[in-house]
Amino acid sequence: MNALLTSFISGMVFALGLGISGMTRPVKVISFLDFFGTWDASLAFVMIGAIAVYFAAYRWSSKMPSPLLASDFSLPKPSDLDAKLILGAAIFGAGWGLGGFCPGPALTSLASGAPAVLIFVAAMLVGMRLHTWVSKLGATTAAWRASPSKSIQDA
Amino acid sequence: MHNFTPLASLAGGVLIGLSASAMLLLDGKIAGISGILAGVLKPVKGDTLWRICFLTGLLAGGLLLKKLLPRAFEFGLIRPFPLLAIAGLLVGFGTRVGSGCTSGHGVCGVSRLSPRSLVATATFIFTGALVVYLLNHLAGGAL
Repeated sequence: MNALLTSFISGMVFALGLGISGMTRPVKVISFLDFFGTWDASLAFVMIGAIAVYFAAYRWSSKMPSPLLASDFSLPKPSDLDAKLILGAAIFGAGWGLGGFCPGPALTSLASGAPAVLIFVAAMLVGMRLHTWVSKLGATTAAWRASPSKSIQDA
Repeated sequence: MHNFTPLASLAGGVLIGLSASAMLLLDGKIAGISGILAGVLKPVKGDTLWRICFLTGLLAGGLLLKKLLPRAFEFGLIRPFPLLAIAGLLVGFGTRVGSGCTSGHGVCGVSRLSPRSLVATATFIFTGALVVYLLNHLAGGAL
């Protein structure tokens, strides 16, 4: 229960941080990415502030046997630095530069009720579903290739 | 450089860092927004409720901003809707293929000095800058 309350409050503080920092304003994001125009370095300070705090928290957490309100840390499993990671990040960056929204600020901005945000978030959810379908299709095709005699349902 | 807001941005960044730190130290979770959202779309038993709580908090924070800091939603630059839809598709798809976004890779991963996140962050800033360059300079800022 306490862990769920932490999640709620953390989400709220996260949104306030995004709003105060300027991340919810595409004009700030796009100006930050506009290195060859009227570059606005503000968002570099968002990263500096967030990383300074989290760097300390991470070092502290590595000395803790478990988190305070949960049985264990669920950190991302170390996986390969591969082409998929770079391709995905490249696609995400293109969308970020195009719209000026990344997932956190877009979800936070839903509160504004602006149609632009609704369109962006709806498309983002479709993009996520699309990934699920594509990976299912990929897995099915791979399984079918590995053993063509097996039916697709078995895969 | 116009509209440079280093102090507000630093303060907001510290809040983001504190929120992500609380998720780590108290709940043992990574505050990566795209990952948290994707987990709700593809729910796994026992690993969904905290995500819903976090996202509800995010929306509650948005409503607070609307009341207390309406300037946060003065977007300033809104691309035409068809471009926004393409942008959303790319962000949703790309963050899943690349396992993270600005929060998961850019804040949590970079702070942990994860090579994957450092490369991902450099990559999405690079392609973001490239798209902005193409739109603002080659397309003449018409969009």
